[in-house]
Amino acid sequence: MATEVLALPRVVGRWFLNATSHVGRVAMMVADLVRSLNEVRIWLPRTFAEAWNIGVGSLFIVLLISGFAGGVTALQARYQFTGTIPIYYLAGVIVESIVLELGPVLTGLILAGRIGARYAAELGTMRVTEQIDALESLGRSPSSHLIIPRVLAGLIMIPVLTVFADVMGIGAGWFSMKLVLPISDADFAYGARTFWRPFDATYSIIKAFFFAACITVISCYMGFNTQQGAEGVGRSTTGAVVSSSVMILLLDVILTKLLLNQ
Amino acid sequence: MIELRDVHKRFGKQVVLDGVNFSVQEGETVALLGPSGTGKSVLLKHIIGLIHPDSGTIIVDDKDVVRLKRHELAELRSHIGYVFQNGALFDSDNVFENVRLGITDDKCYRDLDYARERVAECIKLVNLPPETVDKFPAQLSGGMRKRVGIARAIAGRPKYLLYDEPTSGLDPVNADVIDELVRTLAETLGVTGVMVTHDVRGAFRTANRLALLTGGKIVQQGTPKEFLASQDPTVREFLERDFHNATIAA
Repeated sequence: MATEVLALPRVVGRWFLNATSHVGRVAMMVADLVRSLNEVRIWLPRTFAEAWNIGVGSLFIVLLISGFAGGVTALQARYQFTGTIPIYYLAGVIVESIVLELGPVLTGLILAGRIGARYAAELGTMRVTEQIDALESLGRSPSSHLIIPRVLAGLIMIPVLTVFADVMGIGAGWFSMKLVLPISDADFAYGARTFWRPFDATYSIIKAFFFAACITVISCYMGFNTQQGAEGVGRSTTGAVVSSSVMILLLDVILTKLLLNQ
Repeated sequence: MIELRDVHKRFGKQVVLDGVNFSVQEGETVALLGPSGTGKSVLLKHIIGLIHPDSGTIIVDDKDVVRLKRHELAELRSHIGYVFQNGALFDSDNVFENVRLGITDDKCYRDLDYARERVAECIKLVNLPPETVDKFPAQLSGGMRKRVGIARAIAGRPKYLLYDEPTSGLDPVNADVIDELVRTLAETLGVTGVMVTHDVRGAFRTANRLALLTGGKIVQQGTPKEFLASQDPTVREFLERDFHNATIAA
């Protein structure tokens, strides 16, 4: 009985120590990134290559999912609000839902799966096959060769992909509304403008930037600290996707509170 | 000179190195023998600062590896070539880029003409055909990968070469080629070498001196002849299986 009573504090204590150790190591990794920023000649060309890879490689899936999200938002808005509010208000609901929430969050979650898994698996495989050790043994910094290009590419491309997702979502929502409701283009534009604030676009990009930092840093950290062969690579990859996704949802709440509800 | 003084290392509850004392003089090649899982590779990684000891001192080129700052450690590493067990070649780069990364002098690395010449020279030294430079690691056999790994390690004209199981997993013919290569590199380039190996015959063929690591300690050090004459039961037990081959090689 006494052992069972002690088990919970022990589990909580171990979890807390583990979490603190991860936070400390992430902080050390970020500090190392900052220290390696002066090796511009090493990380700059690799950043362009990574940015091109993740930008072009992710564009189709981002457009596809944001298009469906825009379409479904329009259809659900019609189901919920027809007959209760003027029809052009629905345009505002669609545009604001896409720009403030669905565009950045869905893009973040898709890319946590696509880029996060890729980064963690690539770096994890490099770790278990001693490629990272080899880089260090040659007196070269893994931060400037492997991590800075990946983090910077994500910080640049994820906000850009979010802008594409926002535009695609609004376009698909507009198109879907026109299919199911008697609304003109002028009414849609009027409704969208009624609720629009210029800060909404900035907010969407700020969110995307934070999500990008969370996806790239977490997945690089997980991959870089992989242990125990193929099983370890699998564990790091899953951990990177799950942790990034949870952090995106947590950041979503925090940023909404800080930026929209002061 | 490489010197380890009273080095201790444990991973969790497992004690891997338990007061290791080991030294390598300038210009000699020392083979570090021992059964699997005794910490030979761990010891090698301590020398280049990839693993830090729990206690003890590691001196390379009169520098205390544990106390070096980041840039000082990078500078020291530029004088050490490390041959990894499975090559540890970068999958996404071809052989040229892999070997080029071994050119540790930044100015020389950026000079493409010098890099081409040096890579070709190293590829020739390890007995690989010149067209290998355009291939990717996935297109190479195990033996070729090991040789590319050696080419990368020597590309920066290192003062020290550390080999981690350079012949493991190779057929006897390829193992002999690698052993010969290690000996030739030591003779032609005059580098100081430490070779971790299971292969007693290869160790007797290539090294000036041998050391046996077991139970976390170096239990015997000496020339091949001293090793063969040793009456230490651990040494006898370890050599027993390959005694005939070792005698021939010595």
